Formats: sequence, C-alpha cells, structure tokens
Amino acid sequence: MALLQIAEPGLSPQPHQRRLAVGIDLGTTNSLVAAVRSGRTAPLPDASGRVILPSAVRYLADDIEVGHAAVAAAASDPFNSIISVKRLMGRGLADVKQLGQQLPYRFVGGDSQMPFIDTVQGAKSPVEVSADILRVLRQRAEATLGGELVGAVITVPAYFDDAQRQATKDAARLAGLNVLRLLNEPTAAAVAYGLDKGAEGVIAVYDLGGGTFDISILRLSRGVFEVMATGGDSALGGDDFDHAIAGWIIAQAGLSADLDPGTQRRLLQSACAAKEALSNAESVTVSHGEWSGELTRAQFDALIEPMIARSLKSCRRAVRDAGIELDEVEAVVMVGGSTRVPRVRAAVGELFGRTPLTNIDPDEVVAIGAAIQADTLAGNKQGEELLLLDVIPLSLGLETMGGLMEKVIARNTTIPVARGQDFTTYKDGQTAMMIHVLQGERELVSDCRSLARFELRGIPPMVAGAAKIRVTFQVDADGLLNVAARELGSGVEASIQVKPSYGLSDEEIARMLQDSFAHAGDDKYARALREQQVEAERLLEAVQAALAVDGERLLDADERIAIDHEMQELRERAAGSDTAAIEQQVRRLSQVTDAFAARRMNDSVKTALSGRRLNEIEE
Amino acid sequence: MAISMTEAAAQHVRRSLEGRGKGEGIRLGVRTTGCSGLAYVLEFVDELAPEDLVFESFGVKVIIDPKSLTYLDGTELDFTREGLNEGFKFNNPNVRGECGCGESFNV
Repeated sequence: MALLQIAEPGLSPQPHQRRLAVGIDLGTTNSLVAAVRSGRTAPLPDASGRVILPSAVRYLADDIEVGHAAVAAAASDPFNSIISVKRLMGRGLADVKQLGQQLPYRFVGGDSQMPFIDTVQGAKSPVEVSADILRVLRQRAEATLGGELVGAVITVPAYFDDAQRQATKDAARLAGLNVLRLLNEPTAAAVAYGLDKGAEGVIAVYDLGGGTFDISILRLSRGVFEVMATGGDSALGGDDFDHAIAGWIIAQAGLSADLDPGTQRRLLQSACAAKEALSNAESVTVSHGEWSGELTRAQFDALIEPMIARSLKSCRRAVRDAGIELDEVEAVVMVGGSTRVPRVRAAVGELFGRTPLTNIDPDEVVAIGAAIQADTLAGNKQGEELLLLDVIPLSLGLETMGGLMEKVIARNTTIPVARGQDFTTYKDGQTAMMIHVLQGERELVSDCRSLARFELRGIPPMVAGAAKIRVTFQVDADGLLNVAARELGSGVEASIQVKPSYGLSDEEIARMLQDSFAHAGDDKYARALREQQVEAERLLEAVQAALAVDGERLLDADERIAIDHEMQELRERAAGSDTAAIEQQVRRLSQVTDAFAARRMNDSVKTALSGRRLNEIEE
Repeated sequence: MAISMTEAAAQHVRRSLEGRGKGEGIRLGVRTTGCSGLAYVLEFVDELAPEDLVFESFGVKVIIDPKSLTYLDGTELDFTREGLNEGFKFNNPNVRGECGCGESFNV
C-alpha cells in the first residue's frame, strides 16, 4: 500500500481555467455532439444548422464524405458507403459473416480477428469508419467552440462488452479525441434531466430507437448514480411500427405480399410518414399508388400494441432484476425518436404509474447528458463531482479444478470494481498455474464464454495447498477488465488486459442469461458432482503418495488390501455420476486410512526425536 | 458517523501544520480516479466549506465533506513507516477492493 502525503488545498492543476469538452452520442443511425456553453447545454449544429450527423461514411477515390451525403449515396454506391457500422464494432470476422447477409459490404480478413470492409480506399476496419464519423464531430466542435478539445465523453449502449468499448475508445483515439469517459447511454439521459441533482430515488430509462429497445434501471443515492439493471430487445423499434403500418396498407389495398424492393421501400416511407403525422394528428390519409385510406390513431395504437407490450415485459423484467417493485421507480426518462408516439408514452406512464419525462428532445437527450458529464470531468465545475457507476452485464470469473466456473465478480455489479480471491495449488511441487478468465452465468466452464488465458509461472515448489495465489479482477470505469495473479509468498505475478477478439451481441447476452435460469437445477447438480469428483481425486492422490512412501513399512497385508479395495471402489464411483455415492466413499476411504495416517504421524515424530537429548528438543 | 486519527497521525499532522504556518486542519476525501475507481484525497484545509463536517482527534481537526464521508465512515487515518518510505495510511472499513498500489479502492 502506497503511503500518502498531504497536498495543498484544491490540488487539481486546473483551478479556474475553462477547459473545452464535449459529449458525443455515437449512434447506430445518427450521431450528435453537444457541449455546455455559458451554462446551457445544447447539441452543436453544422454549417447548415443541422445537429444530427447520420452515422454514414462514403469512401471516394480521393475524398471521404460523412453524414447526409454518404446516406444519399448508399443506394448508388453501396460498397463504399458504410452505414450502421456500430453494429460491427468489436466484432470478429466470424460474427460479421453471420450479419453479412443483411449488410451489402465486401468483408476481408485482416491480420487480426477484426473484419475489414473493402472500399475504393482499401480495407477499412469498423474502428476506422467510426473514427471518420468522430473526426467530423470533433472538427465541428472545435470550430464552434473556438479551441482544441481537452476531451470527450462518448456514450455506448449499456450492454456493450469489453471489446466493443475498447473498439469505441480506439476509434476516438484515431479521431484525435481524448476520451474522458465512456458513459452508458441511459445514464447520460438521466444526467440530461438533472436527475443526479435530485433527492434519492430510482429512475427508469426507456429507450426506444429505430431498431432496438433498451430499458435501464438506475438508482441515485447520496449523490451517487448507479445502474442497477439493464434489459431490452435488440429487435424492437420504430422500424417495426413502420412495418406494422406497411402490413396494414398491404392488407387494406389488397396488395400481394411479395413486393419488389423498390415498392417495399416506398411503402415503408409512406408508413413512416404516417406514423410521424399521427404523433400530432388524430388521423392521417395514407395513399399507395391508386389506393388511399384513412388511418386513425386508435387503429395505429392497436397495430403497435403487441410491440409495446413486449417492451413493457422487458421493463418488468429489468425492474425485477434490480430487486425492486414497479412503484419504487420515481422518474421515467424517455429516449429515442419512437418515444414520440403518444401510445408509447401513455403505456409507459401506466406501467410505472407516473408521467414520463419528455421535454428534452429524445434524439438529443443522450448527447446532452454526455456533454454535462464531459464538462464536469474536464474540471469546469468546481466542487461538483459526479460519480457515475455502471454495471457489468455478465458475471466474470475463472476456471477452477474440475472445469468449474468460479465467479469473482457477479453480474450487475457496479463498476468500477476490483475483487480479489485467493486460490492455491492442487499438486505437490506445482510451479505454474493456468488462469482461465471466463464470462457467463453457468456453473461449468464449457457453458461459459472464454475471455482469456494466461499462466502464472515461477511459483516456488510447495506441498499442495500451501501456496497462496491472489487473483484480482478489476473492471475500470469504462468497463475494461484487467486480471492479475500474484503468488503472495514469492511475489511472482502475471496479468492480462482483456480485449476479447470479438464481442457479444445483446441477444447472446440475453441467451446466456436465459440458459443460466433454465439450467439452474442441472448446473447445481453438475457443480456438486464435479466438486465431489475433485475431492475424490485429491484424496486418492494423497493416499497413493503416502502408500508409496510408508505403505510397506507401516501396514500389514490385510490393512493394505482393505485400503486398496476402498480406493478401487472410490475410483469406480468417481467415474460415475452419483454425487452422494462418491461422497460416501470419500468418507469411507478417509476412515479406513485414519489409522495409517496416525501411524505415519507418530512415526515421523519418533524419527524427529530419536537420538536427541531432552535439552536439545526443548530449545 | 465518524472519522478518526491515530496518535501518530495526529502528531504528524500537527507538526506539518506548524511547519506550514497556517491551516485549520486536514481534509480527508475521495475522488473518482485511479485504477480501482476511487482515490483518497488528503489536503490541508485553509477554509471550511459550509457543508464540511469536523471531527477532532488528539486535538487535531479532521475535515470531511458529506459525500466523501459515505465512503470513509469509520476510517482511521494512520501514520506509518515502511522502510525508507513514511506517510499516511487510510484504514477504511468500507473498502471492498483495492488496486495493487493501494492508492485507489472501491466500496
């Protein structure tokens, strides 16, 4: 432990100097940059007065277009116009190939596991594409604020894993941005509403975007902000509302269901326009070709009711995950363009029993919160420090004997966090230990996700169980994991920073969680069995070692036969799957060898004492 | 809720304050940084803030803001020597994990 010295008051090196910092919402479809200026927080517009920058990049032979121009070119130049690159962040080539059907790009494998997109400017990684978007936002901010940025807070979905967060940080660095902090999107939204200034309480953030839905439960207590639970549905959003209306038009107009892509696109465009109009109007006229009809808000509400119900189900689950009741939620924040739909607002209001907060533009709210946080982190707010705590989505742990997953940090633990656990050697004279870092909720290693492996070498040879190896798991404020192992006697250590070669999608996280619930019983049984098997093996090895040394000398033939018999029995039972039977036999073998162990003990004491005088022993 | 100092720590703080020629006492606090998330703050205090809480140990004032107190409640500040290095040490019962260097922690 380092020893501290007393510092002068206000030791921060930037007492009154104003430092420029921005918040960036790096979205799948759209991105924004916002900043605090003269006490007001607002998104920064581009030269044309638009605040939204579509997250699209088009590579030309000698130029790069970012934003609206790139979106416009997506149809005519699909290979070089990259959209929705956020979905590829932190993913491996294998994951991306699965998505490949939906994405028009030509992927090429690079030196690493990372997927590259083949463009006229050569192979581009998702990190580089994101960096191009961020660079445009940085230039916009620097031009608007009139100076170089000291840093930025960039928001990421709460479910982003280590690899996806690292990829986002790498992109920022490439764009020349200093990342003050990666901030979870729901947390940013709550900050935008100033909920951190309020009293204590639980806050729900309902984020319904174009294609994804996220619900987060946050708790504010004693000035500390904490994400208690997250949930959602990665295939639910405003696009589904459009499809529902399009389906209604097809039915009403008597169109055949298999339409060419062009017609489909036009149909979805009219559907989207109708949806937007219905946020203010009670009914809207929809036309498609010759056909034209009237869609009322009540009809629209009925069409989207099943989707809203799905989102509410996720809300209830997240509330349950957070270990609270619905009526404990004291504020509900709405994020995402689809929360403009009146029925969505009403349904969410009914569920939580209170009117949701909607007065900040739901498209801008995340960037605004990030900007407020950036301003604070840059040191512009004297005496005010905001503590933002997030949670890890899946438990982190390591492999122990018998292929079991030992959880070191449980899921939904708030970060930053560091947890240590002591382990020991399994065999006499063991000088190395393999640390296998895992992620997941299941009990067996084979059912969890392997994040990394490394070896701690140079452990001094000792009897089994004597070495004390402390393994520390540390997740920093950005959600990146560092694992270190240290043998406490000798001080040898080894560590690894986990940057998994590919990430997990939120569907996979959801699946892993569901599996763990579905298999809870099996897992408990499997763990108990493995533990007994390991115990049996340990005992067999110990007895074997003792027999090899003293068996001939201290045991008569009958005793030896009895022990051999019980050992054989234990071997057979350990190979089976009857936990109770193994446990019973472990006890029996221990009993049978008790006398032998006692004799060995006496014998070694005698050897130590024989031929020595009393006064020598007393020394 | 309370914060205290060992006699050795109090003596050393008193000597430091005398050497410095001014100061009300010593501030203990917490800020968000470091490899484990939170880091200790240890500063001289010239002016008390309205929200500050003041404790006294062996005649020396220990000052803390209420937010930090939630992380430091029950902490005893000690002064120790380790080889050639000497300095203050936070014995904080709230700590659940520490980074290797011990300069940051989490609760």
